[in-house]
This record gives sequence, C-alpha cells and structure tokens, in this order.
Amino acid sequence: MTTHKRNATLLFAAAALTAIGLAGCSTNGSAGTAESTATSGTASATTGPTGTITVLAAASLQQTFTTLGEQYEDAHPGTSITFSFAGSSDLVTQIRNGAPADVFAAADEANMDKIVKTDVAPGSPKDFATNVLEIAVAPGNPKKITDLDDLTSSDVQLVTCAAPVPCGAATAEVEQATGIDLKPVSEEQSVTDVLGKVESGQADAGLVYVTDVKGADGKVDGVPFDASSKAVNTYPIGVLKDAANPDLAAAFTAYVRSDAGQKVLAAAGFGAP
Amino acid sequence: MTRGRAPVPWWLPVPAVLGGLFVVVPVLAMVGRVDWGSFGALVTSPASLSALGLSLGTAAAATGIAFVLGYPLAVLFARSTSRWVGVARALVLLPLVLPPVVGGLALLAAFGRLGVVGAFLDDHGLRIAFTTTAVVIAQTFVAMPFLVTSIEGALRVGGERFERVAATLGAGPTRTFLTVTTPRVLPGILSGLVLCFARAIGEFGATLTFAGSLQGVTRTLPLEIYLQREIDPDTAVALALVLVVVALVVIGASAIRTRAVVA
Repeated sequence: MTTHKRNATLLFAAAALTAIGLAGCSTNGSAGTAESTATSGTASATTGPTGTITVLAAASLQQTFTTLGEQYEDAHPGTSITFSFAGSSDLVTQIRNGAPADVFAAADEANMDKIVKTDVAPGSPKDFATNVLEIAVAPGNPKKITDLDDLTSSDVQLVTCAAPVPCGAATAEVEQATGIDLKPVSEEQSVTDVLGKVESGQADAGLVYVTDVKGADGKVDGVPFDASSKAVNTYPIGVLKDAANPDLAAAFTAYVRSDAGQKVLAAAGFGAP
Repeated sequence: MTRGRAPVPWWLPVPAVLGGLFVVVPVLAMVGRVDWGSFGALVTSPASLSALGLSLGTAAAATGIAFVLGYPLAVLFARSTSRWVGVARALVLLPLVLPPVVGGLALLAAFGRLGVVGAFLDDHGLRIAFTTTAVVIAQTFVAMPFLVTSIEGALRVGGERFERVAATLGAGPTRTFLTVTTPRVLPGILSGLVLCFARAIGEFGATLTFAGSLQGVTRTLPLEIYLQREIDPDTAVALALVLVVVALVVIGASAIRTRAVVA
C-alpha cells in the first residue's frame, strides 16, 4: 500500500533527522572555527627558514595571531602562515586525530598538558601570554555594577562559562578565592557565548576575559575586579612533534614571544607571561 | 506484493547500500567507543538524568504546541486555493532550511529581553530568557515545519471526496474536520508527530543561542553532550547513545502504531 510505504519513508527520514540533530552538535561546535590565510607577495633571499606552516590557535587569539602572522610574513618573504582558530579542547581533539599542523597555541595549560607528552616537540611548549577575567556589562553600565559582589543581586541576570571550559574553571577559582557564590542564569559553553548574551541584552552581566571586552569594540563595557588576579590563565605555545616545517614553526613561536610579538598581544589586553 | 512492482535497474542497489552504510557506520562506530564498564554510572549521573528528563519533557511540550498550531496550518495549506498559500508555506517552512543558530538569533530578535515581543512581555513581568519556556519555544520553532509538511502531504494524497460527501449528508465543517478528515490523515499526523519530536529532542543550535545552558533549566541532552565533550568524551559518547536509543524507541513505537492504523 502506498500510504504504508510513504510512512516507512517518513520514519526513515525521522531516523536520519535524529542523526542530523546529533551531527548538528559538532557542526555548531566548529562554528567558532575560522581560517585565515595570508601569503606574502614576493619571495626573495632571506636568512630565516621559508615555506609554509599551519598554526592551530585558541579562538581568543584570532585577532592577535592574524596580525602577528601578517607581520611575520611581511618581515620574512617566502613564508606563509595559515591559521585555524577554535576552542582549545577542540584543537586538542584535532591534533590527537592527526590534523596536519606545525604549531599549537592553547588558551590554558590544562589543554596543552593533555598532549604535551605525546604530540609536542621536546623543549616546547613555552608560555607567551596571560589573561584575566573581567565583568562585561551593557555599554554605560546601566545596572551600576562595580565589583563581584554586585553580581549576586537578584536584580542582575548573570551569565558565566560552564565549569568544564577554561573560562568556567577561572570563574570557579575566583568564587573559591573570594567565597562569593555566583548564581548565573546560564552557564555557557564558551566565552564568546557569554559575550554574545551580554551584547544582545539577554543578560545584564557576564564573566569574560579582559581581551574579549577589548575585542568587542564598545558593544560591552568592562568592569575590572580585584579578585581576577586569583585566576590568571596562562597561554602556552609549542611546536608539534609531527611538524612538516619545524624550523619555521620554531621561528614563528619565537616571534610570538619576542618584543614585537608581545607588543601586539599587550595592545589586545593580554598580560606578559 | 512484488508482482505489481516495476523492476529497478540492476545497478541501483550499489549506491543504495553505500548510502545506507554511510548513515549506519558512523553510529555503529560511536557505539563501539562506548565504555560499557562505566556506562551505567555515566548515564545515571544527576547531570545526565536531569538533561534527559528535561529533553523528554521539552520535546513533548514542543510537539504538543506544534500539533495544536501546525495541524490547522497544514489544513489551510492543503485546502486553500489562494495563490498566496505558496508564499505563506515557504515562510512557515523556513526553519527547515535555516541553520538552527540563525533560528536562535531570530528568536532573540522577537522574544529576547530587548526583542519586539520579549520587551513587551518583560514589562508585564513575564520573562522568557533563560527559562525552560525558551527551550520549548526554540524546539517548536525548528520542529513544527516537519509536522506541517507531513500532515499537509497526507491531506493532499487523501483528497477531499469524503469531506464533500460528509457535507452533502449534512455534517458541518467542524464535525467533518473532527470525524472525517482527522481519522483519515491519522497516519500522516503520527508521522508528523514523530518527525517533530525527533527534531525537537535533537535541537541544539537555536537552544544554545536563545535559551542558554543551565542544569535542570535549559541544559537539554544535546547541550549536555556538547559540554561533556570538552572534558570527558566517554560521557559524551554514552549520552549520545542514550539519545540514539530514545530516537529508535520513538520511531519504532510509532511504526507499530502507524501499521496498526493503516491496517
């Protein structure tokens, strides 16, 4: 019977849909991934290593590393640096599954530690920046939030990162250090989700990194708080064991840690390691 | 049964089997990764159970709302002769093709605290942001089109002969709708409900964008899976298997019901 057959088709479609729903998790998860390539125009004789490298870097480094890559390419003709930006733990998964890459820059030491023995070249990684939390509020700070205490007010809709992600771990450390028990209305999966909730006005305040507030270009205001120093995130960078171009990888890593590199990072709000 | 069927090209099974494997192999591979020793403990943790309960509850609510609003819509689409129906249908079915994240952004613009409807409700003390209601809204938004297309298809295949006969026999439109149309498209309704529920329980992007994520309030199973993946892939895989089983149970149960209705 045709009705019966059509229903069987629909049921199969239902099964497929569920699979799509599941796949949706990973698709949306990589929505934060972005790639950017910049190739230098002319290749001329240089003393340093040449060629191409791929750098896997934490999402919070997107603006600064793109700038650093362009600067390096301009100063060293014949080099090309490609970036892939995503959450640190996503990148760890990619590296474990054999993603071809030369350099890994993580947003916290915990993620670098996961692969330091298996996938990172000996002598690497090295710390290159630090980041601390700040309270992001709507422009003009309509709720008059001045310190961490104000976030416990029932009048304030607070959003934080969930404990398993790096910014959530930092939030938990701050809570522990101060004894303040925050009651967020939502625990987001990433710091960009927290920022988004504050930018869109859904939430009154969110705990994000100093660099996120700076990168938001005035769409949120930042309120620094003393206890942020209790949870300092350290960013390590390392050359990967399977790097196709270890010389250029080491050179770029050194550039990030050089005075010129540190200047770019400092301008974006990062602290020195 | 095979007697009346047209023959298929001899090569057809090759891509067909490949297509089937393409869907089945990844799911089986995931099942192969389940750590059965700790499976029980992983899926019965408070966070897992709360996410599962929330998912079942919100998906059921979303399916119910989608039925109440979507069934009448499907009837209008199937019966109306207006040339604007095509436009209306395209608009209503838009969530089928929109990325869920975009759906979430659209919902924010409407029901968010600063949205057109949301601001009005907020002024009257009704807050949707970060509540379970927001999850149900997100799921209904993305899942209702599946129900509408499914029922509309059944209505079109069924035609209007019986309704016309009922009318000539003196039955009013409401009585005809309830006692003639509805029983006749019941298989289509059931398929639509299943599709809708399956889509609602798998909803991720719009929920994450619009509703937020808090255990017991807005963190449904897909959101919990995504979060656990950050720290503990074992738990994520175990929970994913639970979601697959729930989907199979729903589809299987409705297959039995549908068959009974058709026969």
